[in-house]
Amino acid sequence: MTPIHIAYPNLFVILPELILMCWVFFMMMADLFISKEKKEVNALLAIIGIILSAAAVFVVMPLGHISSFNDSMVSDSFALFFKLLFCITAVLTILISKKYIAIEGMNWGEYYTLLLFAVSGMMVLVSATDLVTIYLGMEFMALTVYVLTGYLRQDTRSNEAALKYFLLGAFSSAIILYGMVLLYGVTGSTNIYKVASFLAANDNFSNPVMIASVILLVAGFAFKVAAVPFHMWAPDAYEGAPTSITAFMAVGPKAASFAVILRIFLIALPSMKPHWIPIFWGISAISMLLGNIVAVAQTNIKRMLAYSSIGHAGFIFMGVIAGTKIGIASVMLYMLVYSFMAIGAFAVIILLRKTGVKGDEIKDFSGFARKYPSLGLCMLIFLISLIGLPPTGGFIGKMYLLAAAVEAEYYYLAGIGVLMSLLSLFYYMQVAKTMYIDEEIPGQQLVSSNALTLVVYFCAAATLLIGMFPNRFITSALASVLTM
Amino acid sequence: MNNVLGFPILSLIIFLPLIGAIPIMLFVPKQKEELIRWLSAITTFGTFLVSLILIPNFNNNTHEMQFVERHSWIPSIGVQYFLGIDGISFLLILLTTLVTFIAVMSSWHAIGERLKEFHVSILILEVGMLGAFMALDFIFFYVFWEIMLVPMYFIIGIWGGPRKLYAAIKFFLYTLFGSVFMLVAILALFFVYHHYTGVYTFEILKYMELNFPYNIQWWVFLAFFLGFAVKVPMFPFHTWLPDAHVEAPTAGSVILAGILLKMGTYGFVRFALTITPDAAQTFVPFIVTLSLIAIVYAGLICLAQKDMKKLIAYSSVSHMGFITLGTFTFNPQGLEGAILQMINHGLSSAALFLIVGLIYERRHTRMISDFGGLAKVMPVYAVLFAVATFSSIGLPGLNGFIGEFLVLLGAFKVSYIWALIAASGIVIGAAYALWLYQRTMFGKLENPENMNLTDLTFRERWTLIPLVIMMFWIGLYPKPFLDTMHASVNNIVQRVNPGYTPALESFKVENSSIPAADHLPAGHVNMNEPAVPADTAHHAGH
Repeated sequence: MTPIHIAYPNLFVILPELILMCWVFFMMMADLFISKEKKEVNALLAIIGIILSAAAVFVVMPLGHISSFNDSMVSDSFALFFKLLFCITAVLTILISKKYIAIEGMNWGEYYTLLLFAVSGMMVLVSATDLVTIYLGMEFMALTVYVLTGYLRQDTRSNEAALKYFLLGAFSSAIILYGMVLLYGVTGSTNIYKVASFLAANDNFSNPVMIASVILLVAGFAFKVAAVPFHMWAPDAYEGAPTSITAFMAVGPKAASFAVILRIFLIALPSMKPHWIPIFWGISAISMLLGNIVAVAQTNIKRMLAYSSIGHAGFIFMGVIAGTKIGIASVMLYMLVYSFMAIGAFAVIILLRKTGVKGDEIKDFSGFARKYPSLGLCMLIFLISLIGLPPTGGFIGKMYLLAAAVEAEYYYLAGIGVLMSLLSLFYYMQVAKTMYIDEEIPGQQLVSSNALTLVVYFCAAATLLIGMFPNRFITSALASVLTM
Repeated sequence: MNNVLGFPILSLIIFLPLIGAIPIMLFVPKQKEELIRWLSAITTFGTFLVSLILIPNFNNNTHEMQFVERHSWIPSIGVQYFLGIDGISFLLILLTTLVTFIAVMSSWHAIGERLKEFHVSILILEVGMLGAFMALDFIFFYVFWEIMLVPMYFIIGIWGGPRKLYAAIKFFLYTLFGSVFMLVAILALFFVYHHYTGVYTFEILKYMELNFPYNIQWWVFLAFFLGFAVKVPMFPFHTWLPDAHVEAPTAGSVILAGILLKMGTYGFVRFALTITPDAAQTFVPFIVTLSLIAIVYAGLICLAQKDMKKLIAYSSVSHMGFITLGTFTFNPQGLEGAILQMINHGLSSAALFLIVGLIYERRHTRMISDFGGLAKVMPVYAVLFAVATFSSIGLPGLNGFIGEFLVLLGAFKVSYIWALIAASGIVIGAAYALWLYQRTMFGKLENPENMNLTDLTFRERWTLIPLVIMMFWIGLYPKPFLDTMHASVNNIVQRVNPGYTPALESFKVENSSIPAADHLPAGHVNMNEPAVPADTAHHAGH
């Protein structure tokens, strides 16, 4: 029996999430000493924590590709790209939450600590290179998001959303775990690089256990990104969750899940490509079809965005299926763009929320742009970007994903993608029409806050900036693609 | 390729409207309506004046791109900021700046609410149109091509008629439907080009120098066809046009008919013919058939219209049929006729829509049956209407005649049956246009509401007079206009129809070391053969 040798871990690998977690524990303690009237301080503390964590990302960046904990965690440019993205997402989410949770009467410190826990879970997830750490990060992220979904504990919709999300989420985690177990059974390792080298050396292409494992993993991860046919939870969870958390869910956990999908399938399972490509192809196609078609019929804007985000997930799968350098970079770029446009759109929805008015029906936007031209213009930019029209980031993102699909010669998928973007025009423009053409609602007044309008303007500016000067963003995505 | 002026004139023209739009959007309060109108008018007039600088500096003797500006925009994927014009786009740019200015002037009183949004929309629309005519990088072109959609959606959707929402979304969906496939085709070209040359570029001129394999050309042409045919609009994609026109405000109709439709035909000439010449040859019967159907069928529909605006909208479909017919004759006469006809139709349909708009402003109806005998109360109006009508039906002495004559000449060279059917379209055109004129202008002045109509004001006259001057000028002395396009058109004919001999005779072969006979097979590549750079085909003509 050989003694287990445990090397002293290189903590730089997990520095951003380590700092963030320590900060969260500090925040939990500090919350006890913050009086009920001054709970906003928690938001400020949370932002400071994120900034520290982001600073850590920049500290780690020059170290290049480092791994530790017996190669179960890695810090490469791919992971750092996503960690930085999560930091941006988290700051934006905190800024849009402040006013919202005050209106909802839920202004407690736990909100921010849970949010930060979710972010650290996401960070672990994108760094993980071992099936066990992947599972760990995923559950860490998911559990906190379940709680946040049900955060409006007086609201039955929120409770229902959390319960649905939790039950189905737990189920899908079990499926992933089962897939991982089978993978371990065949390859004898949980480390994805060892899995890959084992599969490269031993032909397991037609091994039914391997095929089952691939199918289970695909199904489980498709659930995490709300792709059809594992999307059922998404509309209810999106609608019921606090809007600020909906914004976060649409962006953060989805980006993290796509990152881990890229890592597992392109690093550990490239030899099984002929098996998982057709499944992903089908998932991508029906996600785009169903998400966009059902979104047309929605009258609640949160549900509409939920269905459209299913469509977007299908679109992003194009990059995964292509699996090329451009494919990976396009997924990263799209997640970046999508973060700004989705959070921006949700921030505008939160603007309409005030005591006694939910403000999440499309008709609540009647005449919005007439009364608030600049905020209306921002919303228009988000909508145009979500459709994928120039000169916004959404166009660049979609074009790049399409380029990946065309390069890998998935013409039919690209065709479905552009047709469904066309369809998305119909429901997104419905909102634009309501804002610009319909009559104003008499007496409508926004309860705004500086933080919230700042987020709206910032997201609009970022969406336009990526659309007009995309080179910087494309280069950094290309420079951070997964090294295989 | 160079820029004789030494300063970025094309960028200036493109972005002047944007420079005007920004202060209107950000700094002018919406109550200051006069200021908004003036700012918008000054901006569009300034753009027009700056575009006139191109005229003395434009070189007629080359097909090369002129006033070229080239910067890298997204170097990581080979997208460039690349502008330039040649004989095909030159006149269209002047038309755009002129018609946009006229559209702004025409909406001085017609648009009374939400002026700020209206003028910003028009100005952004102008940016998109000018950019699309000048861009020489495919993605850059596509960006401008799509920028046009949102402002036009709002112009129809906010200031339109009773069914404006239906018309606006229909316009948007139809035109985007065509162009998304074009995007996929552009990306496919990008990777195929890289496959053969090892270079990642979206440069249109580079694509024109490569003979893509036939099956690629076939699919790409199909995608181009969808994109451009919807915009033209060709039968059977034309159904969005009557709806959009009927509901759009006058300025929207003027820009739509005057310029936006030309995007489609410009796209065919610029991209489809030169990048996919072999596939274009294959599709000739198909496209010519659709064009002839459009000419005759839309003409017949016009005869049955009760609404003046709808009649003119359908007549656009018919006239655009001439342009696509001329384009696909692949000889210099047909192509020059088609390009000139783009300008002509831009002038005459803009004028006709203005004329309908003027009477609509006075009477709030466009039904032909509500009018009659207007010539008595509005003599100036009647004269201008007559000129526009004659221009539209192609009366000799006016611009329409030159364009349609050239198109028919080109068509006759290929097949007298085409020419025969197209010529019957002219007869139908004369019938519906003159009948419209007769029913509205002549006859007894019976409707009491028409008795007290006032004739055109100074501003209203001057929105029409520039167009009328141009109609006469092109009609009486078309040479300066045709001269600008000879070189570019011959270059395209060389590319798309290398077997066309008369063009070869009249142009000296520049590089005498290449025998002329070698040009002929350059365009015909078997789908199994590797692509061959077709540089040789480009040395002819200069």
